[in-house]
Amino acid sequence: MSAAGRDTPPAIEARGLSKRYGPLAAIDGIDLTVPVGQWVVVLGHNGAGKSTLLRMLATLLHPTGGNLRLFGAEAGRSDAAPLRRRIGFLSHQTFLYGHLTARENLEFYARLYGLADPEGAALEAIGAARLSHRQDDRVATYSRGMQQRLAIARALLHRPDLILLDEPFTGLDRESSSRLEDRLRQARGTGCTCVMATHDQGQGLRAADRVLGLSDGRLTLDAPSRGLDPSRLDDLLHGSSPAPPPRAS
Amino acid sequence: MTYLRAVLLVAEKDLKVELRSREQAVTLLFFALLVLVVFNFAFDFTVIDFVTLGPGVLWVAFIFSGVLAISRSFQIEREQDRIQGILLAPIDRSAFYLGKVAATVLFMAAVETILVPVAVVMFNFRFNGQTALVVLAFILNTIGFAAVGTLFAAMTTSTRRAELLLPLLLFPAAVPVALAAVKTTTHLLAGHPFAAYSHWVLMSAAYDVIFLAAAVLLFDEALEE
Repeated sequence: MSAAGRDTPPAIEARGLSKRYGPLAAIDGIDLTVPVGQWVVVLGHNGAGKSTLLRMLATLLHPTGGNLRLFGAEAGRSDAAPLRRRIGFLSHQTFLYGHLTARENLEFYARLYGLADPEGAALEAIGAARLSHRQDDRVATYSRGMQQRLAIARALLHRPDLILLDEPFTGLDRESSSRLEDRLRQARGTGCTCVMATHDQGQGLRAADRVLGLSDGRLTLDAPSRGLDPSRLDDLLHGSSPAPPPRAS
Repeated sequence: MTYLRAVLLVAEKDLKVELRSREQAVTLLFFALLVLVVFNFAFDFTVIDFVTLGPGVLWVAFIFSGVLAISRSFQIEREQDRIQGILLAPIDRSAFYLGKVAATVLFMAAVETILVPVAVVMFNFRFNGQTALVVLAFILNTIGFAAVGTLFAAMTTSTRRAELLLPLLLFPAAVPVALAAVKTTTHLLAGHPFAAYSHWVLMSAAYDVIFLAAAVLLFDEALEE
């Protein structure tokens, strides 16, 4: 690692991160450091806390305990707005308005992010999603796969440094999944950091450098994805088998 | 992105969505008209002086249709988790609140603009030529109702029974603005001088300022799950 690299604060630095809803701990004291440029997949069963963790990283949920820093800055309630400019969030929900066209949707988000040329940015993103031929059609008339492609374009519109993906492959057919993987590969080439939550272990392992396992809000696995035996993942996630040594970060 | 630009952007988006779907406008207008028709049958206004009951009838129609407008406005944001998309943007979250309030005020004002002439024909009353004061009173009370309604709608938006919870929370909190609205309208219909009801107008203005300021300060907390 270069000197400059050593000086760069990690993209994500969480210490004792917790989120409680009354007696229920959705996230229970997670310590996590993700260096800039790393791609991380978070695996776990339904209810493990994956979405809660991602929404905390996106500053959509405030922690009830612990500390979260993004790119070296405190992700607190009052100072999160500038940090949100660096975050792109994609879930299986599109965040798109069905009554607006693709172009209107993306221009709205481009303006919200204060992009210099919202019209140009929207058209470029629609082109990258290969939806130029339908750019003036209402999003409600799009297929699920087309909507998800547009949702990806929305999430990457402002060229975020940190991409957070919450079950992005849900409801997509094979072709749409393949296109999403292509788009993510392109994004990876830009050097951004990514955290993806999924319960699809195969897709998760293919996309990531590092695998985190989450169970009942606790980290049960932290290992490099290379060399990880997919058939042992379930055992590793539930802690019934010793995990490979954690990746140095 | 300036604060005002963000407010206008959210309001513009709401208006654009509404102009395309026309769901809210049609629902609100027919609901409010229905309320007027029901009251027209319920009371014999050839015997009862309209000044006594009329303002209540008008504001029941406006307030109930306003609840529908606010509820629908946040339902649109809940679908596809759109509200998260806006909350992720690097804008002050209170700008989202004020944009929603602005759009709701415009919707309600449009309904009132159509409904008042209809009510004039239906109930045969007049405002005795105080048009500017009528407009001022309606605007102040509509802003107050939209301000408190939007805050409570945001607080209940992540709950499972948002449509039920919103009126339960909103109506008690909106009593001062409803009271001021009805009293001011009564005085306007009776043709009283402004001095006779200026305190009600001032109360509406104070309510607007207090609720808008409180909501701007508390909106981030109100959205927290």
